[in-house]
Amino acid sequence: MPIEVNGKSFETDEEGYLANLSEWEPAIGEAMAAAEDQDLTDEHWDIINFLRDYYEEYQIAPAVRVLTKAVGKRLGKDKGNSKYLYELFPYGPGKQACKYAGLPKPTGCV
Amino acid sequence: MGLLHTVNKSPFESNTFDTCLGYALDGSTVLLIEDGVYAATIGTRASEKIQQKIQSNNDVSFAVLGPDLQARGLENKLADGIKVVDYEGFVNLVAEHDSVQSWL
Amino acid sequence: MAIKKFMYTNRKAPYGTVYALESLEVVLIGAAFDQDVSLAFIGDGVYQLTKGQTTEAIGQKNFSPVYAALGDYDVNKIYIEKESLEERGLSLDDLQHLVWEDEDEDWAEKDSIRLVSRSELADVMTEQEIILSF
Repeated sequence: MPIEVNGKSFETDEEGYLANLSEWEPAIGEAMAAAEDQDLTDEHWDIINFLRDYYEEYQIAPAVRVLTKAVGKRLGKDKGNSKYLYELFPYGPGKQACKYAGLPKPTGCV
Repeated sequence: MGLLHTVNKSPFESNTFDTCLGYALDGSTVLLIEDGVYAATIGTRASEKIQQKIQSNNDVSFAVLGPDLQARGLENKLADGIKVVDYEGFVNLVAEHDSVQSWL
Repeated sequence: MAIKKFMYTNRKAPYGTVYALESLEVVLIGAAFDQDVSLAFIGDGVYQLTKGQTTEAIGQKNFSPVYAALGDYDVNKIYIEKESLEERGLSLDDLQHLVWEDEDEDWAEKDSIRLVSRSELADVMTEQEIILSF
């Protein structure tokens, strides 16, 4: 089912992930979050932007364990734990943040 | 013109390339595609055999499919005497030869 | 879960067949289980790691950047068989430089690649508990 953003329509798969990565823009992430009653703060965007950078470089969405470690390195040890990430993204940091970032569901993600 | 031979197997994995060389007569072209492109790279036994073939019989030509070479990151490893063609060049080679033998 | 020594042996060139990509996916999924993982690149498998792969024209996904992420997945023992590399006219300079960051040493960057002879690799293989072949 497509998602409507600013009058434009974007294809998604059956789980709501954006079909075409290159079509992504921040407004799509906002719209997806709004549909799930999820506010996006700067802390959320730090994670979303990190995921996009990671995908750009390595062509994969990182597993949660990899994300946690990388966040700890980039944003400080106090944030490099699953508690912090699950507070931001209660549906699972991999699944939910990757969706807002326009990425496919991470490999090995439950 | 003779046959266009295509080889799509790595020379390290199968004897397809060697067999093909034995069948490449005057007027024929050997086109390396997919994993066959590894035979076109310098410092390999296969590319030495190509050089020997060219020296002993200058009426056999060798070509490699550029997109397959690029995909494998080996454009800068191409041995001498082998022409790079794109998909259009592939089609032209098919048209220029009497028939195609796709060695599998 | 007890930690076991896993080795993935990679012997196929990329793109021509699906083995290389399949192996990579299994390695990434398997990395979730915190095991002691080694990767061995033997024969045409060494071609998986060449630099500069550009796949737009063949219409396949370029999965070579994924190898650089393996360090993040604690997959940092990458064995390359020397004889295979030489037979193909290649040297380590033709391959990606794979590294991992050691969290215990303030994220110091360390080499993941170990260039080994066939007989050295045979010894490493013999030490493994589980070997998966691609």
